[in-house]
Amino acid sequence: MKYLKFLIVGIFFGIVLVKSEAVSWYRIYEMFRFQSFHMYGIIGTAIASGILFLQISKRSKVKSIKGADIFVPKKEKGFTRYIIGGLIFGLGWALIGVCPGPMYILLGTGVYSMLIVIAAALVGTFIYGLLKNKLPH
Amino acid sequence: MEFLLNPWPWYVSGPLIALVMAMLLYFGKTFGMSSNLRTMCAMGGAGKFSGFFKYNWKDSIWNLIVVLGAIIGGFIAVQFLSNDSITALNPDTISELTALGFDNSGKTLVPNELFSFEVISSTKGLAILIIGGLLVGFGTRYAGGCTSGHAITGLSSLQRPSLIAVIGFFLGGLIMTNFILPLIF
Repeated sequence: MKYLKFLIVGIFFGIVLVKSEAVSWYRIYEMFRFQSFHMYGIIGTAIASGILFLQISKRSKVKSIKGADIFVPKKEKGFTRYIIGGLIFGLGWALIGVCPGPMYILLGTGVYSMLIVIAAALVGTFIYGLLKNKLPH
Repeated sequence: MEFLLNPWPWYVSGPLIALVMAMLLYFGKTFGMSSNLRTMCAMGGAGKFSGFFKYNWKDSIWNLIVVLGAIIGGFIAVQFLSNDSITALNPDTISELTALGFDNSGKTLVPNELFSFEVISSTKGLAILIIGGLLVGFGTRYAGGCTSGHAITGLSSLQRPSLIAVIGFFLGGLIMTNFILPLIF
């Protein structure tokens, strides 16, 4: 039962990303050609709402269900890993139009060839794990 | 009900995505979908090959449940919450894509030219999906997050590393869409 809430959040997330068309390969293409405001609007309002939520929860001292402060872990400082890793991810994102959430959501919509993408993404993550200590971070 | 079945506008969708992040934070977790790839590697025994996968992945099962939900959510959205409306793309986008060989732009969520069984049975079609998946899986882990972890959660919490990562996402995306895709198709 403790997992039920996460199942519901996942279902909600899947529905929102399909209905917003954020899982559409075409919308990603359009975004990177600057031919539509749609994706910028989604990401922009998501971030603006997120900032608002985090600022309000900080000031009003809302607690999580575990009684702790609402808290986003700090990312490690750095530059190289973020710019190069980000760039590599961006190349893949624009090629196949999916990031790690939509690849599962699209599988649910019936795009079964997404299983190949998911398998390849697992291999990509595995390769990173093997090379981690040799890569600049 | 028609407003539910039509595509949702950006100003509704964006705040609802932030709500996903807010709910997970309220449950004491963080919104980050690419972590699941690491979790699945760890579950599959990748810890034998790299210390990066040696950790208590059982603590991340909740995130795999989110993935399971996302798959179900995708199914529900197309089966019960959709009509036959098509993606309202910019006409310029459609004509550009037609010139590249993509027909019926916006009538489906993903192009048949990339994802149909016919295409993925060709070497080129299969290679594109594999290369795309490798780049996404490797890149997100190298950058320490993807669109959910960096663009939404990281920027919402005003973190500089996430801003650098998002700039990287966009550089990569711009290079692929504007310079490499036209060479592939």
